[in-house]
Amino acid sequence: MPPSEQLEPVEAAELAHHPSPRNYVTIAVVLGVITLAEVAIYYIESIEPLLVPMLVVFAFLKFLLVVSWFMHLRFDSRLFRRLFVTGLVLAALVFAVVLSTFFFGTLDGVTPTVEG
Amino acid sequence: MATQAAAVDAGHEQHTSTGLDNVKLAMWAFLGSECLFFGSLISTYLLYRDRVLTGQGPNPHDIYDIPYTSVSSFVLLMSSLTMVLALAAIQRGDHKGLRTWLLATALLGMVFVGGQIYEFTVFVEEGLKLSSSPAGSAFFLLTGFHGAHVTVGILMLLLLVGMSLAGRIPQTDARKVELVGLYWHFVDIVWIVVFTVVYLIPLN
Repeated sequence: MPPSEQLEPVEAAELAHHPSPRNYVTIAVVLGVITLAEVAIYYIESIEPLLVPMLVVFAFLKFLLVVSWFMHLRFDSRLFRRLFVTGLVLAALVFAVVLSTFFFGTLDGVTPTVEG
Repeated sequence: MATQAAAVDAGHEQHTSTGLDNVKLAMWAFLGSECLFFGSLISTYLLYRDRVLTGQGPNPHDIYDIPYTSVSSFVLLMSSLTMVLALAAIQRGDHKGLRTWLLATALLGMVFVGGQIYEFTVFVEEGLKLSSSPAGSAFFLLTGFHGAHVTVGILMLLLLVGMSLAGRIPQTDARKVELVGLYWHFVDIVWIVVFTVVYLIPLN
């Protein structure tokens, strides 16, 4: 390694906490298997009542794996996690507000729905 | 004070009161705002997904090709693996490995975007257009903006490859790859949600 490419102690310590390529491949295999399971249950009629909850759980697991391991949120500063979670919470609030307009109407009394 | 000095000593040449890399902090703040952006689009889709009047073309749910979209979802998911392997490569000083994995990520991204363009073409031929119905508008807006984000990500990956070839990404500056990687993984997690919410969850 050239002298100009020597890592500083702070960076070397940070890298020591990151997963190895082997870990990354394992996570990718798990992600692939979950995706396969998602598509498989989509076609199984007998579990239709449980389809939506199962799909939500699978998507949440995949989301969590990518954010925690590939984006290193599990190993990085809590401040990064807070910034990201704040965005997610605000997104959920936006959905709740928009959803509420469909039930309670708008200020001028016109409900923003289209006949379907 | 000590953390501030540490960050400056680490070669980042920036002043920070948090002890964290300011650019990385800004990237996480940006990704937080992107959650809000895509959250709004996903909310809109959920609320309009069944709004199709007679004569307004098909409902998107009637023409989805789940096996096809599953494959393109898998491709995008695996591009997250190649992206993180690119980061691991530069962190251990493997420049050739960095370029190989970056190009693989860009290629997988192009396959995904190409697949999306093909899917859009088929849908338009089936009568589902941006202006045909509220459901169509919500669908194309959400998936179209996601595709645009993937395209921007591909351009950034190719830029990184160019910078690496020019010798502008030393091992000590792996942060550049990490930042683009964060963006790329974010695009991937958005698709994880879109694939489930838009394609797999059936209409009541």
